[in-house]
Parts: sequence; structure tokens; C-alpha cells
Amino acid sequence: MKLITAIIREVQLDKVREALIQAEITRITVSRVSGHGQQRIEEMYRGQRIVPDLIPKIKIEIAVNEAFVDITIDAILRSARTNGNGSVGDGKIFITPLEECIRIRTGERGGKAI
Amino acid sequence: MKKPKRKRVLAIVMFLFIGFSGLNAADGVAIDSGATAWMLTSTTLVLLMIPGLAMFYGGLVRTKNVLGTIMHSFVAMGIISVLWVVVGYSMSFGKSILGGWFGWNNDYFFLKGIDTNIMEAGIPEYVFSMFQGKFAIITPALIAGAFAERVSFKAYCIFITVWSLLVYNPLCHWVWASDGFLFNLGAKGAIDFAGGTVVHISAGVSGLVAALFLGSRRGYPYQVIRPNNLVITMLGAGLLWVGWFGFNAGSSISSGLSTAQALTATQVAAAAGALSWVIIESMHQGKATALGFASGILAGLVAVTPAAGVVQPYGAFALGVIAAIVCYSAIMLKNKLGYDDSLDAFGIHGIGGITGAILLVFFIRPSWMAEAAAAAGSWTILNQLGVQAMAVAIAIAYSALMTLVIIFVLNKFVKFKSSEDDEMAGLDRAYHGERGYGMLNPN
Repeated sequence: MKLITAIIREVQLDKVREALIQAEITRITVSRVSGHGQQRIEEMYRGQRIVPDLIPKIKIEIAVNEAFVDITIDAILRSARTNGNGSVGDGKIFITPLEECIRIRTGERGGKAI
Repeated sequence: MKKPKRKRVLAIVMFLFIGFSGLNAADGVAIDSGATAWMLTSTTLVLLMIPGLAMFYGGLVRTKNVLGTIMHSFVAMGIISVLWVVVGYSMSFGKSILGGWFGWNNDYFFLKGIDTNIMEAGIPEYVFSMFQGKFAIITPALIAGAFAERVSFKAYCIFITVWSLLVYNPLCHWVWASDGFLFNLGAKGAIDFAGGTVVHISAGVSGLVAALFLGSRRGYPYQVIRPNNLVITMLGAGLLWVGWFGFNAGSSISSGLSTAQALTATQVAAAAGALSWVIIESMHQGKATALGFASGILAGLVAVTPAAGVVQPYGAFALGVIAAIVCYSAIMLKNKLGYDDSLDAFGIHGIGGITGAILLVFFIRPSWMAEAAAAAGSWTILNQLGVQAMAVAIAIAYSALMTLVIIFVLNKFVKFKSSEDDEMAGLDRAYHGERGYGMLNPN
């Protein structure tokens, strides 16, 4: 089992979700996060350009069995890139080993519970 | 140095005044300060409805569209206010031209000739003009609910400008100007006290046409599209209710008995509509929702808008209840049919307006019928029903047709519907470069 954590652009959320659903990955957790990366963005407030120091991003967490790891990664890579070939700020994917997974309702453990 | 100049300006104004507006008898008519004070208050109250509408609609869309949706209402305050002063008032309340299509009066261009006019009701014409201007603002803003979350800001601005000129002003002229043809239909005219046909039917029907023409939002109806903040929606509904006192009671253009009658009818209908809606909803779905209560308030208020001047409290109560039932059913039907009238501009304003404008005939106070009978020889409820049906049919047909033409032509020059990328990114980011909230909901 792996925990896939993807940091993506806010605007790509719908596309990534749709790509994941198409790849039959439907159990995900989404949260708003902010942080530093290579990217700088500007926003307009009352006509003034402002560069926020922390850039808002979306974090998607997906726990998957081994067989689904590549499917998930492919779906995210395809859908989270912008401007065709990708651009700075598109985000990152982290994969970590997942020690245990327990379904609260039944107490099931491991791969079945995912 | 100063005095002669001021005198000269005064002389010019007097000249314009005497030269062009012999009909507006200013000399001799004294200001009725009571009526003027109430009309100033009403004007303010109706203006308050527009931020109210912005909040009502703003809370119902997704987080990424909250500012874009609020701006649909706010930008109307900018565009239509200017348009109204320049030509709108003239097109609506000038003398009929082009066979009565709309009105025109050179004196009303930039309101230049009404500087010192006092109307027969005893209020300065400026107050009347500004009061009516608020109605012109809120009407196109109502339409925005039908195509929320999916139109380009630029195209929207052009759309409401053209729509206001070609749909609102002519309709307003027909129904409310003293030489408008619907104003003079039948014994005592088509009854539209505060804008059932002019405001709600025209906005609702135009919204429906636009929603059908543009198509639905991405993912509708399979993807859940959840309101971002029902709290501001409820506050908006509250402001609309309060503002509606100006809308309806102000439409008496006086401060007296008819004002009190309209105010009472308004309160009764809003409350009856809200209660009926939550009762129906509890029986049908098991829970009484806050949004249901707000929708019921609006359904009741919309239905009583054309009727406020002619119905007594029991009639207003009945209209509120019936409007809630009919609008609730209309929204259920919409969900079955699957078209995307996003915030139910047609379901509430269109359907509610039609319900009120037609059914009001069964609740007209006897004194009104007596006056109508005196004017026409004999006049029955059925006669008035014919007049009302005619006015409603004309409003529906005219606004549907014109809206279709406007959008069709506009779409050739500026793409009305947002591109898929803009829609996914949200109106706030795509058209305004801002975000409404800090970091709340992920969607």
C-alpha cells in the first residue's frame, strides 16, 4: 500500500478529479494548502499587483494498493499539467509507503480496507 | 462675478424648462414633503435590494465564482445607473414614439430638463426618476441568476446594456408610462403595481432563454454543485425582504393610504410564501431548509409585486401560498427536465411573476372594481383576467424573442459563455484576478 500525495494548482482541481474518476480512483481527500515553490503569482487588489509570499495550492491524498500506483500517477500527470507541456508551478507528487489502513466501520485492515 | 453667472444658468434652466416641458406643471405644485421623504426612503430601500441580491446569489454559487456572481449585481449598479440617466428615463417615461415602441423626451436626455420639476404627486421629478432607475438596475441583475457561474464578464456587461435598452425600457414604457399601451388596456389598465411583468416576468423569461441558449455548467446535473455560503444567502434574502417595502410601498408614488395597503400586502405575502415553502418542503423531503425559507420569501414577494396595490391582506396571503406551491413545483420540474437555470431566476421570478399577475384578479378589492366598472360601464373579474393574460403574454413573448436575438447577435462578436478553462478556474480568477475568501472550501 502507498500513500500518494499530490500538490497541484487550484485551477486544475476539476481536471485532476475528473481524470482520477475516469481511472476509477474515487476515494480521495482534498485540502487547501499553501507554500513556497519555484512559482511566483500575482493577484490584483484595487488595481495594485500583489505577490503573495505563500502560494495557495490544492493537496490531494490518495491511499492505493500497489496495482493502482502507476494508474493514479499517470492520471495526475496527464491532468495537472498546464500549457500543454507543463509549466513551473504545476506541483509535485510524493509517494510514501503506507503501513496500515483500517476501515472504521468494520475494523477491516490492509488492502481490503482501501 | 459669481452672481450674474448663477443667474445666467438659472435663466437657461428656466428657458429649457419652459421651452420643453410645458406639460410638467411645476409652477403652482408645492412639494409634499411627506411624500417626498417616503419616496427618498423607498429609493434607498430599492437600491439596498441590489447588494441584497448580490449576497443572495453570491452565497449560492461555488467558492470560485462568488465574486464574479456578486459583480453581476454590482456592475449593473454602475452600467444601468449611467444608462438610465442618459437615455433610460427618457425611453421609459418620455412620450411614445415609433408607434409606441418606447418613449422619448429631449428634456429627459441626461435628465437635463427636470432640474426644477415638481411632479403632480408633490415630489421632485429627480426623486421619481432615481426611484424608477433602481428598478431598471435590479431587473438585468436578476437575469444573471439563470446563467450564473458560466458567462464572460465582458459579454455580460454588453448584454445587460443592450437588454436594458431594448427590453426593459420599452416594457417599462408600455406598462407604466401614462401613454403606454398596456397602461391603457381595458377599463383601468393592466394591473402591474410594482413590476410583476416589467421586472420579474421579463427577467425570469429572459433568464430562461439565455440559460437554454448557453447550455448548462460543466458537470451539471451529475456533479454536485454546492452553495459556498448559505449564511450570506440568508442575509441577502433578509435585505431583499426589507428592500421590497421600498419596491412595493414606494410604487404608490405617495405617502398615504395606498402606501400602507401595499406595505401590508407585501409583508403578508412574504411571510405566507416562506411558511408555505418550508411546510411543503418538510412534507416532501423531510426537512425545512434555510434556503427553502429564503426561496419562499422571494416567491411570495414576487407574486405580490404586481398585486400589492389592489389586494387586501387575505388576497396577499393567498398569493403567497399559491406562489410557493407553484414555484416549488416549477423547480422540481426543472430538476426533472434537466436544464440549468442555475439559481432559479425563471423558477422563482418568471413563474412567481406570472402567477401573481394572473391570479391577482381573483383578489382585487371591491372599490377598485367599482372604479373600473364606472370607467367602462361594466367590468368583471373575467374582463380584467383577459387584460392581465394579455399583458403577461406580451411580456413573455417580447422578452423571450428580444433576448434570443440579442444573445444570438452578441455571441457573434463576443463569446458569451466562458471557455471551459475559465469555467473550471472560476469567474473570480478568470475575469477579476481576485479571490472571495481566504482559504475555505477546496471548490
